[in-house]
Amino acid sequence: MSRDLLTGNAAAAWGARLAEVDYIPAYPITPQTEIIESLAQWVNSENLKARLVTMDSEHSMLTAAGAAAATGARVFTATSSQGLLYAIEMLYTVAGWRVPLVLVNVSRALAAPITLEPDHNDVLAARDSGWLQFHAETCQEVLDSVLMAYRLAEHSDVLLPAIVNLDGFYLSFTREPVEIPEVEAVREFLPAYRPEHARFSASHAMAQGVAVLGSSAYAFFKYQMQRAAEAALDLHDHVASEFCAQFGRCYGAVEAYRLDDADFVIVMVNSFSTVGKAAVDRLRIAGNKIGLLRLRLVRPFPQQEIAWLLNGRRAVAVIDQNVSIGKGGILFCEVASALAGSSPPPLLSYVGGLGGRRFHDEDFDLIMQALRAAEHEGARPEPHLLYSAAEYEKMRELLRVAHGSDPKAGT
Amino acid sequence: MHASGALEAKDYKSDLKPIWCPGCGDFGVLSALYRALANIGRSPHEIAFVSGIGCSSRIPGYTTAYGFNSVHGRALPIAQGIKLANPDLLVLVAGGDGDGFSIGGGHVPHAIRRNIDITYIVMDNQIYGLTKGQLSPTSPRGTHTVTSPEGSLEDPVNPLLYVLGYGAHFVAQSTPADQIGLTAVIEEAIRFPGFAFVNVQSPCVTFGDPNQQLKAHKEGLKSLAKINYDPSHRVKAMALAQTYGKDLYTGVFYRNPNPPPTFDSLVRERQRHMAPQAMPREKILDTFLPH
Ligand SMILES: Cc1ncc(C[n+]2csc(CCOP(=O)(O)OP(=O)(O)O)c2C)c(N)n1
Ligand code: SF4
Ligand SMILES: [Mg+2]
Repeated sequence: MSRDLLTGNAAAAWGARLAEVDYIPAYPITPQTEIIESLAQWVNSENLKARLVTMDSEHSMLTAAGAAAATGARVFTATSSQGLLYAIEMLYTVAGWRVPLVLVNVSRALAAPITLEPDHNDVLAARDSGWLQFHAETCQEVLDSVLMAYRLAEHSDVLLPAIVNLDGFYLSFTREPVEIPEVEAVREFLPAYRPEHARFSASHAMAQGVAVLGSSAYAFFKYQMQRAAEAALDLHDHVASEFCAQFGRCYGAVEAYRLDDADFVIVMVNSFSTVGKAAVDRLRIAGNKIGLLRLRLVRPFPQQEIAWLLNGRRAVAVIDQNVSIGKGGILFCEVASALAGSSPPPLLSYVGGLGGRRFHDEDFDLIMQALRAAEHEGARPEPHLLYSAAEYEKMRELLRVAHGSDPKAGT
Repeated sequence: MHASGALEAKDYKSDLKPIWCPGCGDFGVLSALYRALANIGRSPHEIAFVSGIGCSSRIPGYTTAYGFNSVHGRALPIAQGIKLANPDLLVLVAGGDGDGFSIGGGHVPHAIRRNIDITYIVMDNQIYGLTKGQLSPTSPRGTHTVTSPEGSLEDPVNPLLYVLGYGAHFVAQSTPADQIGLTAVIEEAIRFPGFAFVNVQSPCVTFGDPNQQLKAHKEGLKSLAKINYDPSHRVKAMALAQTYGKDLYTGVFYRNPNPPPTFDSLVRERQRHMAPQAMPREKILDTFLPH
């Protein structure tokens, strides 16, 4: 084992290297490029005995990735934002092929308008595709999640591909100390992929990806995927405890931060949870019994565990870094549905961090106040956008410039 | 605008300052374009300028025309939508080699075979500039980049041969190192009725081949105007296009001496023919009435 200062992107590349992948179809997009560039270096220096090829788009990249996985190869790829969306047709198709491969998505907000900084509308657009989704908070967790994702995806009861998500810029380009396990130790945890299902092998011809014209067959195969994802949820804890035993780092499907005695809870995902945890510490010093629930496994969705951790609290706020236009925060809806059927605590919805917008102390102060009020007054499900008066003023100023002498400017 | 009402190059210049690297070839494409547009003299509001995503695709923002910095690889379908809904607009498309021949490559043949009256300028730097120097579809075999550290193993696309093969009726190549020549081919491409293609060898100073910069272009370019080349034969143009990546020939490679009708003119023609025969709408509805 060695320790190094790695960016989130480098940690993702190390995950693929340690998994000893066979094939890496690639296509560059900011902020993912460092991942494929690191892998290209290692392939050339023979630190990684894989074939890497730069494809002509993400659509062909995902197609080639899925096809290679269907022959029994261990496949890795990575993209972001527009690239993930461009590949969406193949995300659904490859999941239906029931082939396990790992894709790292470096979150970046979607066009239009065009931008570079992160939010989660990209990865959540893949939410219903049949890919498992791990959302990482730290660079170490990126590396570890890639290994765990292969282990889970390749399990014969699962056989679904997996996405590991990290935030662009904030994590992709931030260096943190990362423990890099020895390849032998990784081999013990993640042995070579021995496909029993989809593969090419001598005297074992099979047809893959066939059409089923008839709803019964379609429904059957689709529901098998649902059952496989449910199996992945049960298997996750088993995989996580083996990982913990092997490497000493333990991950749950969700992470409970200072929840034991918490009356109030905020729910977050990915790297901005670090900011949320700091806010929890600060609010606790001021006497608020608050904790944070971080969603790590978003697909399959660990609803029972979430319900168990949130029921009985005085009020809960979900902070979404995404917006389902016309509804509000996506994870808010997911958490609310996990609590349905019980008598849930008042549940507040915040949309923040769109396009990489930072969270400020005032945002968490506002949420804390609202949580206290909701305890007595109940909550309304409409989302609240975290956006300060100062930002609004600045935006109005920009609009005035953009409109020139237009008298309606900035209204 | 000039006192006489004639438009000048500066009338097409927006007040956005280009953020290309100093020395980038794209600056020279922009200045040639300003001049070509001034020579043509259509007002900026009569021009729509579409691009995809890339360093080169920033170019519409630096003009006073309607601009559309769109989606990586999708400039051509966007331009076709704009042109067919607004046939009187002058529609220009620009973008990188990656935008046009990798992720967007599938659109090129279809824009060509529809022969929609648009001008497509590719700023070919043989690299992905905006994402910082990865292998592009026009990078020569053996190119060392961050995604091909020991040199690429695949052959490049030849953009000239590609569009000639799919039947484009106007195909030219130039470099910003030859401002007069580049201005002339852009102007001619815009005036040409139908899909017109200009491949501009526009060097990337930051990630491109140091031996293929503007100075080398200036010294090495071979002007077709000076060698008595006749651009009216597609097959001869295809033979000449084989020099792509070796010699830098500039000028018009192919110009169909009898340009076929554009898509829009065919639509108008058909409408002219069919309109008198068409049954009035009320008449059609009458046929549903009980007798
Ligand atoms: C769907 C999608 N995939 C990837 C990208 C990332 N990307 C932006 S520009 C670009 C290539 C730029 O190269 P080129 O088209 O040659 O233009 P240049 O910057 O060299 O002018 C890429 C891959 C993107 N914006 N969208
Ligand atoms: S990176 Fe290259 S193509 Fe992009 S602006 Fe700089 S010199 Fe031009
Ligand atoms: Mg380019």
